[in-house]
Amino acid sequence: MKQLLILSGKGGTGKTTIASAFIRLSKAEAYADCDVDAPNLHLITKLVSRPRTRDYYGLPKSEINTEWCTACDQCRQHCRFGAISTDGKYIVDPFACEGCGVCELVCPAGAVTLKPAVAGELMLYKGEGEVFSTAQLKMGSGTSGMLVTEVKKQMKAAAADAECAIIDGSPGIGCPVIASLSGVDMVLLVAEPSISGISDMERIINTAAKFGVKTAVCINKFDTNKQITKKIENFCTEQGLAYMGRIPFDPDAIKAINRGQIIVDMECASGTAVKSVYEKTMKLLFEEWDGQRS
Amino acid sequence: MLSGKGGTGKTLVSVNLAAAAEASTYLDCDVEEPNGYLFFKPENIQEEEVHIRIPKVDGKLCSGCRKCVDFCRFNALAFIKNQLMVFEDICHSCGGCILLCPEKALAEKEKIIGKVQKGASEEVTVYTGILNTGEPSGIPIIKKLLDENKHETEKITFIDCPPGSACIVMESIKGADYCVLVAEPTLFGVHNLDMVYELVRLFKKPFGVVLNKCLGLDGENPSEKFCLEKGIQILGRIPFDHELGKLNSNAEIAVRKSEGYRTIFSSLLETVKREVQHEAASNSKR
Amino acid sequence: MKIAIPVDEKSLESNVCVSFGRAPCFLIYDTETKESVFLDNSAAANKGGAGIKAAQIIVDNEAGTLLTPRCGENAANVLKLAGIKIYKTRDISVKKNIDDLSSGRLSLLDEIHPGFHGRGGN
Repeated sequence: MKQLLILSGKGGTGKTTIASAFIRLSKAEAYADCDVDAPNLHLITKLVSRPRTRDYYGLPKSEINTEWCTACDQCRQHCRFGAISTDGKYIVDPFACEGCGVCELVCPAGAVTLKPAVAGELMLYKGEGEVFSTAQLKMGSGTSGMLVTEVKKQMKAAAADAECAIIDGSPGIGCPVIASLSGVDMVLLVAEPSISGISDMERIINTAAKFGVKTAVCINKFDTNKQITKKIENFCTEQGLAYMGRIPFDPDAIKAINRGQIIVDMECASGTAVKSVYEKTMKLLFEEWDGQRS
Repeated sequence: MLSGKGGTGKTLVSVNLAAAAEASTYLDCDVEEPNGYLFFKPENIQEEEVHIRIPKVDGKLCSGCRKCVDFCRFNALAFIKNQLMVFEDICHSCGGCILLCPEKALAEKEKIIGKVQKGASEEVTVYTGILNTGEPSGIPIIKKLLDENKHETEKITFIDCPPGSACIVMESIKGADYCVLVAEPTLFGVHNLDMVYELVRLFKKPFGVVLNKCLGLDGENPSEKFCLEKGIQILGRIPFDHELGKLNSNAEIAVRKSEGYRTIFSSLLETVKREVQHEAASNSKR
Repeated sequence: MKIAIPVDEKSLESNVCVSFGRAPCFLIYDTETKESVFLDNSAAANKGGAGIKAAQIIVDNEAGTLLTPRCGENAANVLKLAGIKIYKTRDISVKKNIDDLSSGRLSLLDEIHPGFHGRGGN
């Protein structure tokens, strides 16, 4: 299975819109949404079947048995995360608790236990010849590389014979991005022409290079700042990065999404541009790759 | 200032409201990707490092009992070739290993995880929290940022939160008197707005919504519909226009560049202030 | 010499697991006695630092060589200190990888990727 990962660095660049177009154009048999903090792809893929769901457990959370508690205050004093408070009765703030187990260690009465805690939910949709894997972290859970790994694992297991998989990656540059990168064949970076977007883009390119993953760039909403667009294009040339093309800002794209449509389903400027980006990207994805930047 | 996802215009709104308020404080709590300083370009920067406490091993005292290795839930310790290794970038600084060590072979040392910068941009005091790449948690930096500003009572403080509804966002809004949620006019935007809406309700914070990137008359706005259905206060609408988009992508503060935008954000600011006062008044009555 | 390999299933015909730290089990293969021992990887379900713990398991079982498709920097540091050599596996069965090692067809793993930095859980 060839895996294409779509990343953006900064959020809001149109990554999911482009991923959904790629899924439609490639008639992908397998796809996944690795943006577990705020998944959006399911809103537009419209798989009608109910997903198979499964709880995802994060680090355990501490719980105090108030009947056994002797109010010695040891746990509260030793908690580095300010997760234990008291107004006579000792309680744990599950959002602040990091599950380190120090309270359990210091409690002389054995009143503290660490209990497994659900941190999110994994979902697997199966349609006619297609598999869609996604997940949603619960509110207050930290970013999770492991959940991202689970999303990809679940997709691969359910669609082992698929020729190609499209993965909508996580925004940012942190651990979920590294987890999304692991094991993919190629990254398509959707850049937006803004000052704040450039530095994030550079960081992702460096990380992808460390993983030995080939990286290509396209620019979305290029006409919102043509000067910076030019700058990013020059950067790609200097770095020897494969450049897949420009996509214009298009109010029709927003209208399409709000109607639950995919931009390549209708005649619009952004749809036409995405098709060209798609063709180039797929060609590169299936090309032989020697692990070096060209 | 909150949003379910990056790219909704949270920083645009925060920065321009702070600039419209003239004398104000801007706190950038998006410590993994702080962008506010790019707009404010603050001067006279003072910098302070933020530390956490992590274990330090005295190899002469360590007996190799491995109690610490077994205890550490984060797997930040390993015992290899009669030597205890500490993985500093994985340590959550819980202090458990030090408490546990029967030989007192572990002591604490300070480790820098990032910094807090303070500077001035016209009348705005700009604080930026910066987390070093690869550090597990930005919460100590946010605590420091909020602590630095806690004696400020006269001026309004605008807290630019990290996107999403994770624990780091909860830390950022703990002390807030009012929350502004910034939403995009798309199907995705509604879904992301719903997440932060749940968060502010959980924390029982008064809040309102700013609709950003509003298209003209024919532009449907699912986020607006969501607000109307749920009875959520709409604080203002910011139009999508190429001029504003361009100023923003060049990291310029629109309020300082054009009277027109100053008017838009000043009026938004007045609405927010009125809401905050209204909340304060109704709270004191309760 | 003992060789350690992350595997998906407890069989010599199994594939090499794509992840080192989160592999469900490890094969410890003794090249002298031709004995295979499969160990459950207790680090697999760990939210963070799985690579470090997995490396500790490999060291504690006295393997001298690790065959893996990739390895994070923290795990690599543990293995390096213990003097364990890391070879990069090819996309073939566990058994064939072992054969390739003995005939000198595997090369040392030189790309060490940045870790997930303990942001696994909470």
